[in-house]
This record gives sequence, structure tokens and C-alpha cells, in this order.
Amino acid sequence: MKKTLSLVLQLFLRSARLQKKRATLTIAALAWGTVTILLLLAFGEGLKRQMTSNEQAMGNNLAILWPGETTRPYKGLSPGHRVQPRIEDVDYARDRMPELDAIWAELTSWRTALSYGKKTINGRVIGTIANYGNARKHFPKPGGRFLNPSDEDEKRRVVFLGNEMARDLFGEEEPVGKTLSINNSPFTVIGVMQRKRQSSTYGGPDATHAVIPQSTFKAVLGNDRVNVVVFRVRKSADMDGALVHLSQVLGPRLGFDPEDTHAFGVWNTVEGQKMSEKILIGLEMFFGIIGALTLIIGGVGVANIMYAVVKERTKEIGVKMALGARSAWITGPFVLEGMVYTFLGGLFGALISIVIVTGLGFVKLEGNDVLEFLGHPTLSWPIGLATIAILGVCGLAAGYFPARRAAAIDPASTLRYE
Amino acid sequence: MTSAIIDMNAIRKTYDTGKVKVEALKGIDLAVEQGEFVAIVGPSGSGKSTLMNLVGCLDTPSDGRYLLGGEDVSKFTRDELADVRNRRVGFVFQGFNLLPQISAFENVELPLLFGGVAPKKRRERVEELLAKVGLADRMDHKPTELSGGQMQRVAIARALAMRPDVILADEPTGNLDTSSGGDIMGLFTELWQQGSTLVVITHDMGLARRAGRVVEIRDGRIVRDGEAVA
Repeated sequence: MKKTLSLVLQLFLRSARLQKKRATLTIAALAWGTVTILLLLAFGEGLKRQMTSNEQAMGNNLAILWPGETTRPYKGLSPGHRVQPRIEDVDYARDRMPELDAIWAELTSWRTALSYGKKTINGRVIGTIANYGNARKHFPKPGGRFLNPSDEDEKRRVVFLGNEMARDLFGEEEPVGKTLSINNSPFTVIGVMQRKRQSSTYGGPDATHAVIPQSTFKAVLGNDRVNVVVFRVRKSADMDGALVHLSQVLGPRLGFDPEDTHAFGVWNTVEGQKMSEKILIGLEMFFGIIGALTLIIGGVGVANIMYAVVKERTKEIGVKMALGARSAWITGPFVLEGMVYTFLGGLFGALISIVIVTGLGFVKLEGNDVLEFLGHPTLSWPIGLATIAILGVCGLAAGYFPARRAAAIDPASTLRYE
Repeated sequence: MTSAIIDMNAIRKTYDTGKVKVEALKGIDLAVEQGEFVAIVGPSGSGKSTLMNLVGCLDTPSDGRYLLGGEDVSKFTRDELADVRNRRVGFVFQGFNLLPQISAFENVELPLLFGGVAPKKRRERVEELLAKVGLADRMDHKPTELSGGQMQRVAIARALAMRPDVILADEPTGNLDTSSGGDIMGLFTELWQQGSTLVVITHDMGLARRAGRVVEIRDGRIVRDGEAVA
């Protein structure tokens, strides 16, 4: 066995030395295939991550519920009764649904006058609680903060601004600590939202609204009608159960049948997440298949070349057999050659891809709509493993079939004819 | 009989091409003693080449018993036959069959490589052999840089590399001009005198005459076996 290995290696080195050009071209073909599949998959992965992050910029595992009208009679109430939750009802549900990550009410004031200095704009003002911040990914820029429970308790006149609204009002000026007025009441800016690319919203993009404490909202804008109830589950699988439980908790309190699906209009973002996951997986598979085909063409190229080599060297193989070479000493170098070409091609392809992907990683996405949509191409372990698997199959096939042909050569017939 | 290197008994070889069965050898009994120089002659299609392939273990007989150096090789596997060819048989072909991309040295070295000889011993042996055939100064030349006669001498050196029991030559002078052919015949005679066993297939009556024994084949049978006639 040891003798076979060392012989195969020696014979391989002797023949490889003689065909540098062929080896180079073959390796280049495989490197090309590898770069193609890796880049396609990396773009797919980058797109997937970017789209997921865009979609989840609003927050993930959320359910948004708009109060609606009942369609079933319930405890003497006839159908068509309006469901009108109040802040206390949401607090009531929070106490009874510890399984939720967070639940909050949102009060909305559309087209509200906000002014700073001589500038006045009409914008959306949301009244809500501190939990909203993390669940809805309202991360403050450095130097600022989101609402906290004391703001709520003390009815503080503080406001957290969406980044675009902040720019519209303050321009280049730093808003945090400044005072603006909302409906002619002074509010202190405590934070500005970090820029985020957001592809789904309810009501409007987060960048263009202002968030104030619920208690303050009620006091200043004189309205405590809940526009939407939003909750977040810890994991997506909890969503269906949580929706049922919420109806059971709020139904008797608000006067609707827990089975009544029209009491709330529900946007279950988990369903959307699942759908887009499927679409994105489909997209990645599509990229993967194209890449794999390209790589397989490279592999077929290797097999073809090796096949030609075997044919061209039929006589040489016959001579070696006559001189006492065993089958494995004939086929071994071919198999090794196929595998070495594939390995080197894969290696170079991977290096080139890593350089390209790393280089693209330095390109700034902000401000470029196309790139913000595409994201950075990303290489991941599954991509690497898939590529290695395909390369491995290529390498084995590229070596195995020609080798089988070589082994079938009959020395007697190849030596007879001149 | 005890010293017979080649001992063939009722050897038959049938080629089955699917529809037609061609019987190339129809019962050959052939014994070659240690140190003999045998010429095998016969017209084209008589079965010479088939016999040569069987003697050289490039092929196995359809029927009959073949002892090479005392080993019954009739039922050997491919790899066992490869080992037998490596150790017991040295081939010299009409078309030289040197590997064109590698040097004379490396060509002669190949059987030693297959025979598992250590690198240092390989080098010594190759140098010794190339000196013996008069090509000590052409070791690094590739076959394309050598004349026909020189190529055949490299091939003979290669055939001798593993000190085989028998040297099998198939028309060794067939592709050479008269003068080179004469050189090669001289080299064969020299080897014979030094004790090698030679089996040569040839049309060349000059070469056949140098052999101690001539075996003539026709239609797959031996029709004459005896002393060379002048």
C-alpha cells in the first residue's frame, strides 16, 4: 500500500511536470467555476441578509392589531359593536400574558404641528411606552436615548425623533437637548433614531415620526384612543398561540367573542417572515444551481481533458503495463491529477472570491439605493461547504472516469501496432 | 526440462469477436531452456504476435498450461501478471516504445521504479546499463534526440533493467536501417553469449540465422523447430 502510494505520487509528479500548460488551463477553468458559484451564492446570501434586515427593521415577531367591529353576538351585545381598547386594557393584557416579550398600545396623532425656531412641519406623533424602543428597533444615535419608564410615570415632555424628521426640523444642528414644540407645547428632544433601511411599516416609516410618552400624549393632545395594539413574541412559533390568548384575555373585557376574527384586524408579521424566507431560499437555490452548473462545466472540462490525456497516452500506458506497472499505478496518477487540479482550482477560486467579497465589503452602502437593496455579498460556511461538496464530486468524477478507461487498456493490442 | 524458463503445454488462444471465433493458436508446445537464443519466424497472421503476447504475459491463454520460470501464470490476475512482466520478462519492440517526453535515463529507470528498487540503486543500475549499450553519454537525451539504433539500444537497456529471465523481442530490427540493424543483432548476440535467454520474433533471416534455434509457426501451429539453417 505504501509502495503504491509513493509510486503513484512519483508517477504523477513526473507526468505533471510535463504538462504545465494543460494543468494551468484546467486549474483556471475550475477556479473560474468556483469564483462563479461562490460569488453567486455570496450575492444571494448578502441579498437575503439585507432584505431580512430591511424587512425586520420594523422589528421581528410582531403582531399589529387594529381595533375593528364585532361580527358575532356576545353576551347580549349585537354584532357591529366597535371594539375600543384603552391604555388600561393593554396594561390588563400585559399582566395576564407573561409569555409575551412586550405588548404596548400606540396612540397616533396624524399631521401634528411640530416646530423648532422658525421651522414648522406637520408630522406623525406616536404616544407609547419604553418597551416600544427595542421591540420596534428605535435605536438612538450616540448621545441620545429612547423613552424610559420614568418619562411615562412623570408625564415628561420629552420626544424621540425619527432621523428624517430630525433632519427636516433641525437641519445640521444637533437636536438632542433642544426644545421643540408639539401643538404649541414645549418638548425636549432626548434622542434621534439611528438611520435604518426599513421595507415594511404600518402607519408610516419610523424615520418620519416622533415618539412621546403615552401619559404625555394623553395630557397634551387630549386623546387616549388606542390606534393599534402591538405585541412581540419571544420566538416566532409562539405567535399563533399568543394571538388566541390575547383574544381570550381581551374578549370578555372589551365585549367580543374570543372566536370573532373581526374584532381586531391582525397583521401577523411572522407569516410574512416565513413567506419571504421561502422566497429568499428559493432565490438562493436558484443562484446555487446556476453556480453549481458553471462549476460542473469546469469539472466536465477536467474530465474531458483527462479523457483525452488517457486516449493520447494509450500507448504509453500500454508500455508501462508491459514494463510491469500494476493497474493502480496506472490509474492512481490520473485520479490524483483530477483531484489535485480540482483542489488547486477550488483553492484559487476561493481565494479570489474572498478577495472580491472582502473588497466589496468596504463599499459603502448608505446613500446608494441599489446597493442598499443588494447588501454586501457574504460568504458563509454553508456556502463554502456546498462548494467543497460540488468540487469534490467534480474532482472524483474527473479522475475516476478517465482512470477507469485507462485501466481497461489492453497492453497487448496497444503495443502491436505501430 | 527442469531448467526450462518457458514451458508451454497445449496452449490455445481463441479470440471471440462476438460473431466469429478466431483460433490464433491451436495447441502450442514450446519449451525454452535457460540461455537459449530462439528465433520465431512465420508469415503474417501465423500467430507469432499472439504467441509473443502469451510468452510475455501480456495476455493469458484460453487453454493449456504455461509455466514461466516455474510459475504457472495461466491463471494469474492482471496485477500478478504485471509483477511477472516486471521481474521475468524484458520487452524489445519493433517501434521501440520508449516514452517520448522523458529522457533515456528515465525510460530505463521505469521498470526499476515499478520493481520498487531504491533510488540510489536505480541510478547505479541505469548508468551501468546505458554504458553497456554504449549510450553513457546520451543519458539525458530524450528519445526524439536519438537515432533509431540508439533508441533501440535504450529499449534493450530498459529490457535488461530488472535482470529478466527472458528477453522478448518483436521484430527488433524491423524499423532500422541495415547498419543499425547489424549493430542491434550484434548486441543480441553479445547478450546471448553473456548468458541471457532470448526469444526473438523476426522476418529478418540474418537475425534468425544468428539464433541457435528457429521455431516456425504457420496457422497457429509450430511447423518446424530446430537448429538454425545457414
